[in-house]
Amino acid sequence: MNSTNQLLDNLNALAAALFLLTAFGMVAMRQARGVLNLFIAQSLLLSASALFLGLRFHSDHLYGVALVDIIIKPVIIPWLLRRTAPAEIYTRREVNQALNIPTALLAALALAILAYFLAQPILGAVAPQFRNPNVPIGIAGLLLGAFTITVRREAVPLLVGLLAMENGAFLAGIAIARDLPLIVELAVASDGLIVVFIMGVLTRAVYRQIGSTAVGELASLKEAPETAGEERTA
Amino acid sequence: MSVVLLLLLPVIAAALVLLPFRKLWAPAVTIASSLVILVLAARIAWQASQGESVTSVLGTGFFKWINVDSLSALILLLIAFVSTTAAIYSAGYMAHGDYSSWRLRIYYVNFNAFVFSMLAIPVLSEPTLVWIAVALTTLTSALIVSFENTRDALEAAWKYVVLSLMGAGMALFGFLLLFAAFEASGSTAAFTWNDLGNAAPGMPPVLLMTAFLFILIGLGTKTGLVPMHAWLPDAHSQAPSPVCALLSGIETSVILYVIMRLFPIMRAVPGSHAATWAIVLGLISVGTAAFLLLQVNDYKRMFAFSTVEHMGIILTAIGLGASNANYGALEQVVSHSVTKSFCFFAAGAVLLAVETRQIASVRGLIRRSPAAGAALVFGGLAIAGAPPLAVFLSEFSIMKAGLAEGSYAVIGLLSFFILIAFFGVMMQINRMVFSAGNTESAGVASGVSSRPGKKFHLPFSCRLALAISGAPVILLGFYIPPPMQDLLAHATAILTK
Repeated sequence: MNSTNQLLDNLNALAAALFLLTAFGMVAMRQARGVLNLFIAQSLLLSASALFLGLRFHSDHLYGVALVDIIIKPVIIPWLLRRTAPAEIYTRREVNQALNIPTALLAALALAILAYFLAQPILGAVAPQFRNPNVPIGIAGLLLGAFTITVRREAVPLLVGLLAMENGAFLAGIAIARDLPLIVELAVASDGLIVVFIMGVLTRAVYRQIGSTAVGELASLKEAPETAGEERTA
Repeated sequence: MSVVLLLLLPVIAAALVLLPFRKLWAPAVTIASSLVILVLAARIAWQASQGESVTSVLGTGFFKWINVDSLSALILLLIAFVSTTAAIYSAGYMAHGDYSSWRLRIYYVNFNAFVFSMLAIPVLSEPTLVWIAVALTTLTSALIVSFENTRDALEAAWKYVVLSLMGAGMALFGFLLLFAAFEASGSTAAFTWNDLGNAAPGMPPVLLMTAFLFILIGLGTKTGLVPMHAWLPDAHSQAPSPVCALLSGIETSVILYVIMRLFPIMRAVPGSHAATWAIVLGLISVGTAAFLLLQVNDYKRMFAFSTVEHMGIILTAIGLGASNANYGALEQVVSHSVTKSFCFFAAGAVLLAVETRQIASVRGLIRRSPAAGAALVFGGLAIAGAPPLAVFLSEFSIMKAGLAEGSYAVIGLLSFFILIAFFGVMMQINRMVFSAGNTESAGVASGVSSRPGKKFHLPFSCRLALAISGAPVILLGFYIPPPMQDLLAHATAILTK
């Protein structure tokens, strides 16, 4: 029995480590399609981790999380995105990021280390069986998702960054808040669907308006001096 | 039961407005549903003012998470009031633009869905479900922020969605930590605001504090606290004016209500510094907004910055923490909601009259449209905190409470910033309304159609909405009705617990 638990712990740690790798990939990957694929992989790893922890602690609730996750994120979300957003988004290749890729990866590394330190007091406060790599890696996923949003300009990486933040929060969540009512997980996942739908519709509108899906290039609203403001109205 | 009905009504209305009847159908359904919601909310608030807590009678399954205490009832009443006036205002305002009937229906679907998601926040008592309702408010309002479909409106909607959801992601982790802390306390009660407060002394302080910070930063983004406010002036100025009234007047306060709920819990943690965080973030918000108010060039952005300022004032008051300060904070929530929605209705009236948002282009408004000009002056005075009006009274309560506590530095800074904000707002409005010169010249230069010399007449529904929302602005300035006082007192007791 003990060796099974050991194995499950190790498998869970492997899934979590690969999860972190996908989070790094999202920062660096240029192809919009590639970023979406990374998100699909990340969601599969999240449900794998939920499954391993579910087996480890015999928790029906975690099986539920794994099931909800594997249906909605890798399958329905990409389908919905194809239906709502213009097909253009997949062919996009982002050339000028706000930071170049090596710098972005270095900053991402710093964030991951920060996440590790942030997680220590939390790990110290929970029961010993909850102390697994999910917490630091989940926090890292959360921070790297936020970082992806700040450096990206294209619609798909922005959207994926948002969904990755949710994934990160849940990767840590399934380790420390195991008995969260399933309805919450279900509602959060369907919330993700609405996010995709709304952002897809907005992307389509932006594409019609400026002929590109680089939504980050919309940057005219600010406290401009009065003359610049008048030019805009004209 | 009335609570469940309250949540069902906007959903039903959202479905009904899609029916392809005449153009009047959608606004009529929305106004009717808002009025019924207002009556129901007033009844619930009345019960709550007697010290009762209104639960759903169904009591099983999902419905055990529905519970309205006096604090929620207060927020509920405000949402119902502002959404009713906004629905009335929308009827005339939206008919003025030449939108196809299909687009108008989409507007009303989103309007009702947005009202639904806001009503769900105070009604639900399970924190993670509240988080979902908070995320829903962003999603249901995104498409009406971008409703005008201009480049600027789309940019505002994108920023709004991306930054709010980024905040929501942070807050989600905070709520999961809160749940972990709740479990670690060994409490077997349901995970609700109330039981959370009871279980707080047994929770690991580290988890609680981390949860608090993640939620404060995450939801603070959606409340528009500086430095997470970057999206707010954009979204709150680009949306159609009735939607701005909802966004600025009530949505920000509703999200702040969720943050407020944490303070009684945090008080159980010794040395948590939650109050210090609130005061610091609050003062930074008030200060930044006050100075930005001096240099805005768009009058809708001006009111948006004033929202940032008021959220800061409320958060500072909550941070002061004593019973009187909490009473002042809630009073300020009430007066800000009614006043700010009035301000955006007035701004919308100005926009209809002059067709530009630039302060510099609007001159001598009082001659072009006396109604819009007078409303703008009144709204400006009211929101800046001029004496016998609602905001003055509530700001005065907060300062009195702060001075009684001996927080001289905080109150000193607060009143200094409020003074600057007052000056900023009134300077801009004075230039727009009373200065010599004509708006026409600017209108012609920017190619906007204007009929020179002709006076502009505001649609009837806009006048009606202005009158209804203006009434409490005046009334609450010198007289708070006894049931309202009871409600405020009970709600304060929950916050101070």
